[in-house]
Amino acid sequence: MTEPIEEVQDSVQRVARGEAFLDVRDLKVHFPTDDGVVKSVDGISFKLERGKTLGIVGESGSGKSVTSLSIMGLHPPGVARISGEIFLDGQDLVQASREEVRLLRGKRMAMIFQDPLSAMHPFYTVGHQIIEAYRVHNKVSKQVAKKHAIEMLDRVGIPQPDRRVDSYPHQFSGGMRQRAMIAMALSCDPDLLIADEPTTALDVTVQAQILDLIRDLQREFNSAVIIITHDLGVVAELADDIQVMYAGRAAEYGTAEEIFDEPQHPYTWGLLGSMPRIDRERSERLIPIKGTPPSLINVPTGCAFNPRCNYAHLNGGASETDRPELLDTGNGHMVACHLSPQNRQQAWETDIKPKL
Amino acid sequence: MLAYLIRRLIGAVVLLFIVTAVTFSIFFLVPRVGGATADDLASRYVGRSVGKEQIHQTAERLGFTDPLYVQYGRFVKGLVVGTDYNYGPSTEHCPPPCFGYSFLTQTPVWPDLVARIPVTASLAGGAAFIWLVTGVGTGVISALRRGSVLDRSLMSVALAGVSLPIFFTGLLSLSIFSYGLGWTAQGGTNPLDETNPIWWAYDLILPWTTLAFLYAAAYARLTRAGMLETMNEDYVRTARAKGLTERDVVLRHGLRSALTPILTIFGLDLGLLMGGAILTETTFSLPGIGQYAVIALRANDLPKVLGVTLVAAFFIVLANLIVDLLYAVVDPRVRIS
Amino acid sequence: MRWNRITTVTAVSAAVALSLVACGGPKATPGGGSSGGSSAKAEFNAAVGKNFNPSDKKGGTLRMAITEQWDSTDPGDTYYGLSWNLVRNYVRPLMTFKAAPGAEGAKPVPDLAEAPGVPSDDAKTWTYKLRKGVKYEDGTPVTSKDVKYAVARSLDKATLPNGPTYFNDFLLDVPKGYSVYKDKSLAGVAKAIETPDDQTIVFHLNKPFASFDYFAQLPSTAPVPQAKDTGAKYKEHPIATGPYKFGTYNPNSGFDLVRNDQYDASTDPDSGRKALPDKITIAYNVEGTDIDNRLLAGDLDVDLAGTGVQPETQAKILADPNLKAHADNVPAPRLNWTVLNSQVPPLDNVHCRKAVLYAADHEGYQRAYGGPIGGDIATNLMPPGVTGAQSFDDYGFLTDKNGNVDKAKDELKQCGQPNGFAINITYRTDRAKEKAVAETLQQSLKRVGINLTTKPYPTGDYTKLYAGKPDFAKANRLGLIVYSWGADWNDGFGFLSQIVDSRVIRDTGGNTNLGIRIPEVDKLIDQAMSTTDEAARNKLWVDVDKKVMEQAAALPGIWAKGLLYRPDTLANVFSNDGQNMYDYAAIGLAQK
Repeated sequence: MTEPIEEVQDSVQRVARGEAFLDVRDLKVHFPTDDGVVKSVDGISFKLERGKTLGIVGESGSGKSVTSLSIMGLHPPGVARISGEIFLDGQDLVQASREEVRLLRGKRMAMIFQDPLSAMHPFYTVGHQIIEAYRVHNKVSKQVAKKHAIEMLDRVGIPQPDRRVDSYPHQFSGGMRQRAMIAMALSCDPDLLIADEPTTALDVTVQAQILDLIRDLQREFNSAVIIITHDLGVVAELADDIQVMYAGRAAEYGTAEEIFDEPQHPYTWGLLGSMPRIDRERSERLIPIKGTPPSLINVPTGCAFNPRCNYAHLNGGASETDRPELLDTGNGHMVACHLSPQNRQQAWETDIKPKL
Repeated sequence: MLAYLIRRLIGAVVLLFIVTAVTFSIFFLVPRVGGATADDLASRYVGRSVGKEQIHQTAERLGFTDPLYVQYGRFVKGLVVGTDYNYGPSTEHCPPPCFGYSFLTQTPVWPDLVARIPVTASLAGGAAFIWLVTGVGTGVISALRRGSVLDRSLMSVALAGVSLPIFFTGLLSLSIFSYGLGWTAQGGTNPLDETNPIWWAYDLILPWTTLAFLYAAAYARLTRAGMLETMNEDYVRTARAKGLTERDVVLRHGLRSALTPILTIFGLDLGLLMGGAILTETTFSLPGIGQYAVIALRANDLPKVLGVTLVAAFFIVLANLIVDLLYAVVDPRVRIS
Repeated sequence: MRWNRITTVTAVSAAVALSLVACGGPKATPGGGSSGGSSAKAEFNAAVGKNFNPSDKKGGTLRMAITEQWDSTDPGDTYYGLSWNLVRNYVRPLMTFKAAPGAEGAKPVPDLAEAPGVPSDDAKTWTYKLRKGVKYEDGTPVTSKDVKYAVARSLDKATLPNGPTYFNDFLLDVPKGYSVYKDKSLAGVAKAIETPDDQTIVFHLNKPFASFDYFAQLPSTAPVPQAKDTGAKYKEHPIATGPYKFGTYNPNSGFDLVRNDQYDASTDPDSGRKALPDKITIAYNVEGTDIDNRLLAGDLDVDLAGTGVQPETQAKILADPNLKAHADNVPAPRLNWTVLNSQVPPLDNVHCRKAVLYAADHEGYQRAYGGPIGGDIATNLMPPGVTGAQSFDDYGFLTDKNGNVDKAKDELKQCGQPNGFAINITYRTDRAKEKAVAETLQQSLKRVGINLTTKPYPTGDYTKLYAGKPDFAKANRLGLIVYSWGADWNDGFGFLSQIVDSRVIRDTGGNTNLGIRIPEVDKLIDQAMSTTDEAARNKLWVDVDKKVMEQAAALPGIWAKGLLYRPDTLANVFSNDGQNMYDYAAIGLAQK
């Protein structure tokens, strides 16, 4: 296969301006407070292409939402110290002016939030809020925008969209609200869609519908999607790649198959163990991860997970002193763990896998 | 909706009657229980050094010799169907709503009150406009620049505004701007005597700003607190995520919600003020409802007190109703039933 | 006692004082300039008893304001001093106090009548002749029947409750509860008032009353045409006979007086009326501090109430020589005093009463009312401004300004209480000055062993239920009763009759005589009432005063004074013993 010259040049530029459609490099988001610096995100990198889905998984406080808000540029100025690079289609969002980022928001990147009831303004109709989103980036009349809003509502599967367009959020059911939220996010046909816990506030049956909807729409719009969740089950079906985050850093990164079939990090094991599965018969009850997530002001030295890790003692003290780097174990499956491959393999095969 | 309105209106009327009954009792029942006779009460409304006989005559003229329920009934009857008043050589019919005749000046209360409503309305309306704009504006700026020097200085001024009484700020501003610099009108001019709206505003600008200062301060603090809360709401983040300009985010999403509770307070404040901005009207000698209340109370002039109480209560009840109705318009989650 | 403006000293005033001190207050130099009838130089007390900036120049608008509406503008229904002063501008009673400075202004002179009343039948019948050519504002001539009607209507206290009741009390055979509105033909007063012809009116009294000319100067003798009488509404437009008539009237904000073109100055040779301004405006309900500030700024000409500026303004005026030059410390016809209730032992003993008089700190009493600006130390009852009054100092108040402990102790010995005694002193709760009096007396009397316990009572019912109700006062041992008294008019009868005649004490309460019961005094009063010779009569009232002092029935405190502010806008301005404020029938405007 020969590469045309243009493509070579293009790839050179892509190194400087980001290789993938979304290229996050060594992103750090720190919040100075009176008690100390909260290192919500402390060096995260990942890439995402159009049409692909990345799942970011972690407990609350692991930095996954902060990551998404940084991409969207939604941290209030002066509050967060952001470093690193976020390239969206070659444009560095960290260096871009607030106005530049604002113009991208809603148009090229959009976001769906966890609780659609609180995420929609209670005083405006659903239609109004979609129209508003559309008209920020499209110079059209209200009538045209309203027609578009009805189309969008129809597309996300809301029955009688021409009537529901004038309803208020509180008049919708939870699932309908999330559909409306999605309609609003997709109204400008964004290239990047970030869904932050899109199903957490919903019934289980509705969750599946919403996930199906996101997948269908992603195919239709060919957009890149980031799904942020604490629930591995949500990303199991949806995500191409999964990044597991712990205490502001990536613990493990791999394809969905790798994460589910050959998870490498004890934290990922914990997540898997605490995930209810309907596709397999389970031998024992759910195994919650012991302990609580660490304070982001005083992150434990060494591996941040060491106080909760059942295998930390196997590393000869490295867990308590050295911070493990995220290293490729082969095929792009990366993990940040001091365990030797043997110990890891053994633990997975004997302790974990049988109980899942 | 109509049924709701009717129910509320009936409730309001009942409430107003209760208000009159209570006021009536304070003036008549309480002294009676305390052992005062009809003549004791009447002795307030006669000239000096008059004899028993003349006091008794006055007691009879004012109807104090009748049982209390008859007196109250007479008052209510006057409200509903009107009453006749004997001026001496002639009798005048006082059409409903007849609030009675002053015990002291023997003038009908209602026309006096009606004549004063526009003064109070001018004062309250103008001041309300000023304090809403400045108070809410200040609050928004303060909230957005939270913790900054600007925020701190604005909030200090606001604290002063909340703490300083009208008769202090009012007299201070009068002595500086009116008597000292001569920029503004003196107290005591009736703005409604002016035909040119410019002069009307000129007469009122000092009372407006003085009154508005007090309220603006409170509203600034309320708005700031409300904005700090709503700007942290999820839907404000959503608005930002949509790419709205910061101005739209603040005004259309943040402020819109923060204003809703302020609207309630605003309605009630306006209603209260319509019942008489007592200190402001006294300080600036404006012939409004509040000044009337002071005159009535100082003189123990019951019909005037009843009248002004009723008018004040009416405005408060009305303001309540309007606020409740408006609330349903402003917040679609609220259903009127 | 004519009613005065209720001076409400509230937190408001205090705050105002602060604010004014803080910012220096309004501009200190009043506008207006000093031109006018003469280039008079403003100085302190320049208009007390003498004419400041005398002028005959007419024109201008005289701006007056008052904190609250007084009882009525109806001449037949008013009891306020300021009202009796002002009313002379729009109506003409039979007699009136001459608009002249000083003592001359306390003399009733013929107004509608052409001469003072002629007594007969032992001063029980009084005849007046009316001047010819006096007309109402509508041009109809005034007759004596209108005067009869005016007096008759004022008897109806149900319709017109505010005025004095002298005619009710003195006219012959007035039926109980008489109302002219139920007796259109005036049959009920046929015996009391006769009008043999249109120019003559004859009053018949039920007892002798030698100083009837003072009754004849009451505003209620100003004629009222029966056909135009609107009863309680008459106040909105009294039919004018004076130089001014009512222009606009607004019960909420005030009224205007404009020139009455039917007034003929040639029919008015004696009253001293000047009628200088072309127009007089009266504003109601202006805040007290605001009035003062406007006076000082030259934006207002007269504080209509005439009782003096607010305390904080007073302090400011006295501190600034330029402001003080525009102030007048005008004597009020008022005695601030303490009655010694002879019904409470041991005050039934004259020596114990004398002990109180000797022990009291008179300078302390004066200090309680603000020092010399508040008034002079009173040595007897009648203030010097009262016609015929004499000042005497039998107890040496002025020589022993802080009391004479030795003499007090001596009197206590004679009283049989050598170590003193304990008794209560009462005052009006909300009157800070009376409280201060009670406290200074408490201290000074303690020096001789007289221990006072303070018992304040509410102002509203002070005379009705407490201090003025004899059995209550006695039962509660209210031996010292702090009080204040102003006369209806400044003669012996006007000043003394209501406070020392034991026969006016009513058991039911509401008394102004708070416990002075001296048979000789009653006898002297009767004598004075029937003595038509003025000099002799005045001497009898002085005797009453002396008798009361001799019996030590009361402790005189101070003869009060008020501090009035006189803007440069005024001309022909003076106070006199008749009005005890600026004379509103004489006052004019400095012409530029």
